[in-house]
Amino acid sequence: MSKSFDVVVIGAGPAGYIAAIRAAQHGLTVACIDEWKNRDGKNAFGGTCLNAGCIPSKALLESSELYHRAQHEFQKHGIQTGDVAMDIAAMQKRRASIVRQLTGGIAGLFKAGKVEGLFGHGKLLAGKTVEFTPVSGDVEIIEAKHVVLASGSSPINLGIAPFDGDTIIDSWDALELDAVPERLGVVGAGVIGLELGSVWARLGSKVTVLEAMDDFLFMADRDVAKVAWQEFAKQGLDIRLGAKVAKGTAGAKGVTVEFADKDGAQSIEVDKLIVAVGRRPHTDNLFADDAGIQLDEHGFIVVDETCRTRVKGVYAVGDCVRGPMLAHKGSEEGVMAADLIAGEIAEMNYDVIPSVLYTNPEIAWAGKTEAEVKDSGRAYKTGSFPFMASGRAKAMEQTSGMVKIISSKEDDEILGIHIVGPMAGELISEAVLALEFSASTEDLQRTIHAHPSLAEAVHEAALAVDKKALNFPNK
Amino acid sequence: MTIEIKVPALPESVTDATLVGWHKKTGEPVTRDENLVDLETDKVVLEVPAPASGTIVRIVAEDGATVEAGDLLAILEEGEAAVAVAAAPEKEKEPPVEPVAVQNKGPIKTSPAVRRLLDEHDLDATMVTGTGKDGRLTKADVMAFLKADDSSNVTPGDPAPVVVDDSAVQGLARNEQRVAMTRLRARIAQRLVEAQQTAAMLTTFNEVDLTEVMALRSRYRDEFEKKHGVRLGFMSFFTMAAVEALKRFPVVNASVEGTDIVYHNYYDIGIAVSSDRGLMVPVIRDVDQMSFADFEAALNALAKKAQDGTISMEDLTGGTFTITNGGIFGSMMSTPILNQPQSAILGMHTIQQRPMVVDGEIMPRPMMYLALTYDHRIIDGKEAVQFLVAIKDQLEDPSRLLLQV
Repeated sequence: MSKSFDVVVIGAGPAGYIAAIRAAQHGLTVACIDEWKNRDGKNAFGGTCLNAGCIPSKALLESSELYHRAQHEFQKHGIQTGDVAMDIAAMQKRRASIVRQLTGGIAGLFKAGKVEGLFGHGKLLAGKTVEFTPVSGDVEIIEAKHVVLASGSSPINLGIAPFDGDTIIDSWDALELDAVPERLGVVGAGVIGLELGSVWARLGSKVTVLEAMDDFLFMADRDVAKVAWQEFAKQGLDIRLGAKVAKGTAGAKGVTVEFADKDGAQSIEVDKLIVAVGRRPHTDNLFADDAGIQLDEHGFIVVDETCRTRVKGVYAVGDCVRGPMLAHKGSEEGVMAADLIAGEIAEMNYDVIPSVLYTNPEIAWAGKTEAEVKDSGRAYKTGSFPFMASGRAKAMEQTSGMVKIISSKEDDEILGIHIVGPMAGELISEAVLALEFSASTEDLQRTIHAHPSLAEAVHEAALAVDKKALNFPNK
Repeated sequence: MTIEIKVPALPESVTDATLVGWHKKTGEPVTRDENLVDLETDKVVLEVPAPASGTIVRIVAEDGATVEAGDLLAILEEGEAAVAVAAAPEKEKEPPVEPVAVQNKGPIKTSPAVRRLLDEHDLDATMVTGTGKDGRLTKADVMAFLKADDSSNVTPGDPAPVVVDDSAVQGLARNEQRVAMTRLRARIAQRLVEAQQTAAMLTTFNEVDLTEVMALRSRYRDEFEKKHGVRLGFMSFFTMAAVEALKRFPVVNASVEGTDIVYHNYYDIGIAVSSDRGLMVPVIRDVDQMSFADFEAALNALAKKAQDGTISMEDLTGGTFTITNGGIFGSMMSTPILNQPQSAILGMHTIQQRPMVVDGEIMPRPMMYLALTYDHRIIDGKEAVQFLVAIKDQLEDPSRLLLQV
């Protein structure tokens, strides 16, 4: 007799495992299938985010940042350390331990929430049955009333510089290096490229980042991108814009990267080359041809705004569908899908999804950039406040950056908040809440912010929009 | 002199109220009629105005306290209010308004900018449609509302003038004045629209020959007044006739609650009276147990209170049926609007000598048109018509009032 569940989720990344837990909270019987296998050969829930993305990268960013500060900042505080040394093996052990705790945590959540977590491959067949190939054992057919596809994404492999797992590597490999490469090349100055470049630069690599676009951080507000550009340059990140990579060739002594920029064709030699030019939806062997699932021209599973596929009762969420490839976007879609399956009303506000880069300074924003507002034709006003004038930032010795707010001139609604500076990724939550509730600039102005705190910069930026900043001269 | 500030009379069926918040602190000067504190019941939010100017010397009941009618709230030392109050750039506060039509389930929570705008324009959150998350009000919503409602180009942060006189600039004769609704007016407007939108309102008419009532009234007028100390008016005849008709057609005395019909085995009659501050409907309770004299006395007392502005919330709450008399202003015929949750209202009109055919002859008779607006959701046309006929029959032959036939 085959097993049957109310809901079968394929993929236990941040979209899938959240969908599974939420569905179980609704009293539905749920199974969640995942085939992720770590480098140690063990299966783990959590997908890219927990195993090879968000979490391990933050662990390394923290370690490398502390190392960097110990070398360059402790003296200012009067802390005498002598020579500071970095034990890469210990750093990686800590990273692996954090990942293990969190992925184990999902298994615990499944157990507590009565979700049946299954390791193996899941494939959607016609008629809402799922073919489950366990890690060991025989293929099973699982009956499902509803299916949620949450198969995630994988790094794009460039034909001109294919991954070899040793010298030309993807973002996962780049998190698990056991030595600091002397010369590190990064293709792509996006979120992943900049974060990984930052990690290894702080640990001592000479990092060169090649970005094909002419604009730095094209998706960010220009003022924020400008500040970030200056700060990265100060840190010694060598970012080349408009640099189109022609070929990456692995040799005995490293990688030769040929590229062309405004100065013509050139090449550099690096010991390791990280290719981080983006990710593509991962749908390999996810569904049978007759299952009724459609892919768009970029390989994303076609869904409507509530994540329903063309097949009734089958949803798809997270990186395998349209929209930004962000864990928090996938999780929210997972919640929405589970709620809809349970017969509740659910929707998702795609206009207010925060973006964060965990570089130093951190970069975060929500809502529209000034350029987007300008293009929309809406009359607007802006205000900004530099962390240079923040007492808390001064005390933290992290004064670079600023908060910028863009609001409607007509009705004062906040349209976008952009932060570059310390803890921007934390500060952005206030912006998200404000945007989610259609707050006006005045609402932020009239909200009390604790002193001294970094969040005061958000308050002052809101005041600056109406030229009422109190701790900085209004322009 | 010290004055005790107490919880005012609470509406029927309300035993206690929650003290939502003090607007004043101990030692703070207050001016007469300034709102001191908000009390919230499950039906209304009550304001407690300062009975005199002076200084709050002691606050007895703190925020969040549960209080009952008559409980001591604070002690006021009467005397000159400090000048600082007058200097505040705030707009002059409206006199506290009896929440005649307030039916809120507590105040709507709004964001700080929205609160500021609503306060500044003396608006109520319920008057504006929210477009924010889950229908919440945004500042943009209130600004759009004001813009649609007001030509005085409001920009954020600018207190809008209440009166805008464009002609002063133009120097032309075409003059127009824009005045924000008082809170009472806004409430009335809101309630009337609510009635229009929720009930299936229909009006039926009849006419009544008042020859007999007038004769009876002129015959006993002096004697009645001498004995009872009140004038014998028409109102008592109509009310008594209406109560008798209500007894025969209980559904007219009923109200709708969701999908239930609630029949009331008591006869609390609201009499619409106009006052300087707008329409008010004081309620006279248990009219079925009253004599004509009792009723006239009660009505006079309430009318006086309405004019003086001393009417209490209890006087204005409840009621199972309403009578409105447009006749005192000369109305020949009108269709009243329900005073929800009641399901019927009787409209009286002006008395006019009109030629009527009586026993085959044309005779001048004092005639009045009667209108009954009713909620067709629960009252059928037959009942409504018969109800009105029952009133007509009793008024045309007042001895029926005595015999209840």
